[in-house]
Amino acid sequence: MGLALLVVIWLLTFVCSYFFVAKTWWWPAAASLSGPALDAQFQYTLIAMGVVFVAAQAGLGLFAWKYRERPGAAAATYSHGNTKLEVVWTTLTAILFFGLAIAGSHLWAAERFEPAKSDSVKVEVTGLQFAWYFRYPGPDGKYGRTKPELIDASAGGEAAVGMDSTDPASKDDFVTGTMYLPVDREVDLTLRAQDVIHSFFVPSMRFKQDAVPGLMIHMHFTPDKVGDYEIACAELCGLGHYKMHGILKVVSQKDFDAWTAQHVAEKQ
Amino acid sequence: MHNPETPKQDSVVHAGGNGHGGVHVHPAPTSFIRKYIFSTDHKVIGLQYYFLALTSVFVGMYLSLLMRIHLVWPGAKVLGMDIKPETYLALLTMHGTIMVFFVLTTAPQGGFGNYMLPIQIGAPDMAFPILNMLSFWTTFLGFLAIIAAFIVEGGAPISGWTNYAPLSAIPSAGPGQGLGEDLWIVSIALFCIASLLGALNFITTTLDLRARGMTMMRLPLTVWSWFITAILGLLAFGVLLAAGILLLLDRNLGTSFFVPGGLVVSGEMIKHQGGSPLLWQHLFWFFGHPEVYIAILPGMGVASQVLSTFSRKPIFGYKAMVYAMLAIGGLGFFVWGHHMFMSGMSPYSAMAFSVMTIAIGVPSAIKTFNWLGTMWKGRIRFTVPMMFAIGFVSLFVSGGLSGPFLAQPALDIPLHDTFFVVAHFHLIMGVAAIFGIFAATYYWFPKMFGRMMNSKLGYLHFWITFIGAYAIFFPMHYEGMAGRPRRYAQLTEVAYLHQFWGLEKFITFAAIITISAQFLFVINLFWSMFKGPKAEINPWESTTLEWTIPSPPPHDNFGGHVPVVNNGPYEYGVPGAERDYIMQTDPAHVGSSH
Amino acid sequence: MGSLSPTLKIRESTVANPKVGGAGFPPGIRFPGTGGGGGGGGRDESYPDFGDRLRRYRLGLMVGLVAVVMLFVSFTSAYIVRQGLGSYDPAANAFVTDWKPLALPMGLLILNTCLLLASSFTIEMARRAAFAQAAVAPVTEMPGIARDEVRGVPWLPITVLLGLGFLAGQLMAWHELGRRGFYISTSPSNSFFYVLTGVHAVHLFGGVVALLYALAAAFRSRPLERRRIVVDVTAWYWHFMAILWLYIFALLKFAA
Repeated sequence: MGLALLVVIWLLTFVCSYFFVAKTWWWPAAASLSGPALDAQFQYTLIAMGVVFVAAQAGLGLFAWKYRERPGAAAATYSHGNTKLEVVWTTLTAILFFGLAIAGSHLWAAERFEPAKSDSVKVEVTGLQFAWYFRYPGPDGKYGRTKPELIDASAGGEAAVGMDSTDPASKDDFVTGTMYLPVDREVDLTLRAQDVIHSFFVPSMRFKQDAVPGLMIHMHFTPDKVGDYEIACAELCGLGHYKMHGILKVVSQKDFDAWTAQHVAEKQ
Repeated sequence: MHNPETPKQDSVVHAGGNGHGGVHVHPAPTSFIRKYIFSTDHKVIGLQYYFLALTSVFVGMYLSLLMRIHLVWPGAKVLGMDIKPETYLALLTMHGTIMVFFVLTTAPQGGFGNYMLPIQIGAPDMAFPILNMLSFWTTFLGFLAIIAAFIVEGGAPISGWTNYAPLSAIPSAGPGQGLGEDLWIVSIALFCIASLLGALNFITTTLDLRARGMTMMRLPLTVWSWFITAILGLLAFGVLLAAGILLLLDRNLGTSFFVPGGLVVSGEMIKHQGGSPLLWQHLFWFFGHPEVYIAILPGMGVASQVLSTFSRKPIFGYKAMVYAMLAIGGLGFFVWGHHMFMSGMSPYSAMAFSVMTIAIGVPSAIKTFNWLGTMWKGRIRFTVPMMFAIGFVSLFVSGGLSGPFLAQPALDIPLHDTFFVVAHFHLIMGVAAIFGIFAATYYWFPKMFGRMMNSKLGYLHFWITFIGAYAIFFPMHYEGMAGRPRRYAQLTEVAYLHQFWGLEKFITFAAIITISAQFLFVINLFWSMFKGPKAEINPWESTTLEWTIPSPPPHDNFGGHVPVVNNGPYEYGVPGAERDYIMQTDPAHVGSSH
Repeated sequence: MGSLSPTLKIRESTVANPKVGGAGFPPGIRFPGTGGGGGGGGRDESYPDFGDRLRRYRLGLMVGLVAVVMLFVSFTSAYIVRQGLGSYDPAANAFVTDWKPLALPMGLLILNTCLLLASSFTIEMARRAAFAQAAVAPVTEMPGIARDEVRGVPWLPITVLLGLGFLAGQLMAWHELGRRGFYISTSPSNSFFYVLTGVHAVHLFGGVVALLYALAAAFRSRPLERRRIVVDVTAWYWHFMAILWLYIFALLKFAA
C-alpha cells in the first residue's frame, strides 16, 4: 500500500506539474503594457510554489513508502518534534511567502494607486443585463448627463445608457456596442453598472474590474498590440451571465481617429 | 518507562452509585421518539447531524453532476429535466449553499464534534444537552427551508452562495430571486442561529467539562480543532445573521442597505436609494472567510489524530499545531478583503488584506511540515482512515499552494472569479475537508456502531476518490489561467472558451466516475452498520479516551465512571512500554506531558 | 480569544488547589457522594453541585453574549458605513448621501430607558432574594418556596411588568414615528432605528420568557436550584440588555 501511494502521489504530481511546464493551456498572449511584468510575477510565484508542491508531495509519497510497517522495520522514533527544525522552516516559509507578496506589490500599486494620465483616451463602460455599452465623450472630452428614467435597454445605443440629449455635453457623445481603442495609449475607463454587479474582464489585457451599481470606478490600462480581444463578464449577474461578452478592437491611432470622427459626424 | 516516583494511579475513578460527572444525565430514554428523534444525547445528535450531512452531500453531488452534464452537453435532458441557463445558476447556488453549510459545516463540527468532543474530554454529555437538541432541529428546519426553495414558484435562487446584492436584493433581477431567494435567507438565518447555539455549547463544554487531568495542553488536536472552530463560529455567524436580516428587509420592506439609487432592472426603475452593494460583500466575507476555516479546521484535527495513530508516533510539534490552528483562526478574521480585490474597494486596503492573507500561509505550512514530520521515521499502518488522512495532506498541499497566487492582488486581477479560484477552494475546502470527514468516518465508525467497516471497499473508495478529486479539480487551474470565468452556464458564447471542450469533457467524465464511487462508501457504511464484524474497544490501538469505553459507548459514555487523564494524547511508539502506546488514562508516563 | 484566557486562569488555580473539588477534581467534574467541593454538594444524587452548575450556566451566558455583541457590532458597522456613504446619483451626476438625521421621540425613549433601568434594579433584587432564600430554605422543602415568594417583595413579577412596559413603550415609539410619517423605508436612519430597536426588543423578550419560566417553575415546584440558576443567568442577561439599550440609544442619538 505504501508503494502504491508513492507511485500514485508521484504520478499525480508529475501530471499536474507537466501541464504547467508544457503550457498546454496557458494565458492568452499579453497585449497590454502591464502584461509582461504581471506574467513574470506569475512565473516567479509558479516556480516557488511549484518547488514546494513537488517537494511536499514527493516527501509525502516517499515517507509513506519508506516508513511503512513491515516485519523487521525499525521501531518508530519516539519524538515529540524538533523546535529548531520548526523555527527554521517557519522562517523560510515566511521569507518565501512575504518575499513574493512584496515583489508583486509594486505591480498592484502601478495598476491601482495612480490615476490615468491626463492625455489618455476616455471611455465609459456600462454593464447591464446582459451587455456592455461603451460611451465616448467626443471632442469636448466630457460625458453628458444620464438619467435612469431615460434608460431603455431594448432600444440599445444611447438609450441603453439613458443619455440625456438635452445636456450640451452629450451632443458629441456616442455609444457603441464594440469597444475601440488606439494602440499604445492609456485608456481612462469609467466603470458603471445599471442593475447588478458586473465585472469587466479582458484576459489578454490582464485586466479585470467589477462594475458596481452606485459607484463610478476609474481604472486604466494600456493596450500595446493591435488586434481583436474578447471581453467577458466575470461577476455572476443573472441568467445571461455566460453570454454577456463583447469585443475590444485595438487599432492604430489613425484608424481610431477616423472611427471617432465618423461617429461624431453621424451625431451631427 | 514508568516513573518510579509516581504513585500508581487508577485509570478510572469509581464515582459510586449512579453518580455522574458535571452534567445532569437523565436515565437512558426508552421511547423511540426520545431516544432517536428528540434526543438530548450528544451521540444521537451527532449522528443526526452526520446523516443530515450525508443526505445533503448527495443532494449537492447530484446538483454538481447536473451542472457538469449541462456544461458539456448543453442541450441534453437529464432524467427528463430540461436544464436552462437559469437552471444552471440555480443548481450552482444550491450546490454551493448546501455543500458549504449543510455538509462542510455540519458533518465535521455538528456530527463528529458533537459525538466525540464530550467523550474525548471525559464528559458524560455536552454542557447544555437541551440546547444541543435545539441546535440540531433548528439546522434541520434550515435544511427544509433550503430544499423548499426548489419547489416554490420561480424556483431556487440564482445569485450564488455568496448572494451578492443587488442581484440578491431585487426580486425582478432574475428567476428564482423571488420567494426562492427569501427561503434561502431564512434557511441561512436559521442555520446561523443553530450554529451560534452549537458554538456556545462546544466552547462551554470544552472549558468546563474536561475530566480530571485533562489540561488544555493534553487535549487531542481534534478537540482543539472543534474548540477553535466553535470560537470562529461564535464570532462569524452573528455577522451573517445581521447581513441576512438587512437583506431580507431590503427585499421585503423597501429599505436600502445594499441597493443604490437609480437602478433599472428588467426595464423597471427601482425605488431604492443610496445603499451599498459593497456593504453586503464586507459583511458576507467577514463571515465567509472564517467559514472556510470552520470547514477545514476539524479536518486538520482529524488528520493529525489519524496520522499520529497510524504512524505509531507522537504528533510532531503538538504545541506548534495548536498555535498554528489558533493563528489560522485568528488571522482568518482579518483577511476577508482578499475576496474583494476587484470589487472597487480601496486599493490601499487591498495591500493590507494581501499581507494578512499571505501571513496565513505560514501557520498552514507549519501544519503541513508537522504532518510530514509525524510520518517521518514512523511505522505506518495503511488502514483506510490513514489513507484518507494522507490524501488529506496531499490535497491540502495542492489546494493551499494556489493561495499565495490569489493573495497577491496584482495576480488576482486576471485570476479573480476564474476557474483558478474554483480549483483552489474546491481542493482545499471542498475535497480536503471531505477527506477529513471520510478519515473520521472510517476511523470512528467502529466506536460509533460497534462494528468494523469493510476495508476492501474502503480502499477502492479511497483510490477512486483520491485520483478522481485530482482529475476533476486540478485541470481547472489551467482553465482559470487561460481566462475561463466562473459560473458560466455554457461555454458556447465566448469564442476563446471553445478551447476547453476537451478538458471540460474530461472533467465531467471524472466527476461521473468519482460520484459513482461514493455509492461504494454508502453501501459500505450501511452494510457494515448491520453486518460488519464486531469491533473491539480499541481496534486501532489508539490512545484517546473514546477508546477506553465500549463500542458503541453507553448512554452516559463512561458508565458511571469518570476517567482520569495522566498522559498527553499521542503517546505512540513509546520505548520500553508494554504495548507500543500509552493511553491517556494509563498511569503517568515520563516525558508524556508536553 | 479574549474570553479564553481568564477562564483558563480560574480553572488552573482551582486545579492547583487540592482542597477544591473532591480529591482535587477540576470544578467541572463533581461526584455526588464524594463530598467536598465548592457548594453544599451531595444533596441530590442526580444533580451535580449547584456552584458548578451555576458557574457553567454563567460561562455559557458569557459565551452567548459574545454572539449577541457580534450581531450588534455588525449592525453598528453597517450603520457607520451606510451613514458615511455617498453613492452615485446619475441625475445629479455626483456622489450624494441620502442620510438624514432622525428626530427621535425623545420623551418616550427616555421614559422607556427609565423603565428598563428600573427593571434592571428589580431583577437584581430578585436575583439576590433568590440566593438569600436558597440559603435559608432547604431544598427538600419544596412547597415552602411559594410561601417565601409571597412574603417577600415580588421582585420577579415586577421585573416582568417593567420589561413588558419597556417593550410596549418601544412599540409606542414605533407608532409615534409612523404617525409622523417615518417608516422603515423612509430613510436609512429610520431603517436602522427600526432594526436596532427591533432586534434588541426580540432579545429582551427572550429574557421576559425566561423570567416567566422561572415564575412558572416556582408554582410547579421545580427544584429551587434550577430556578435560582434561571433567575441568576437571566438577571445578568437583563443587565446586559440594559447596557445594550443604552448603547443603541447613544448611537441613535449622538451618531445620527
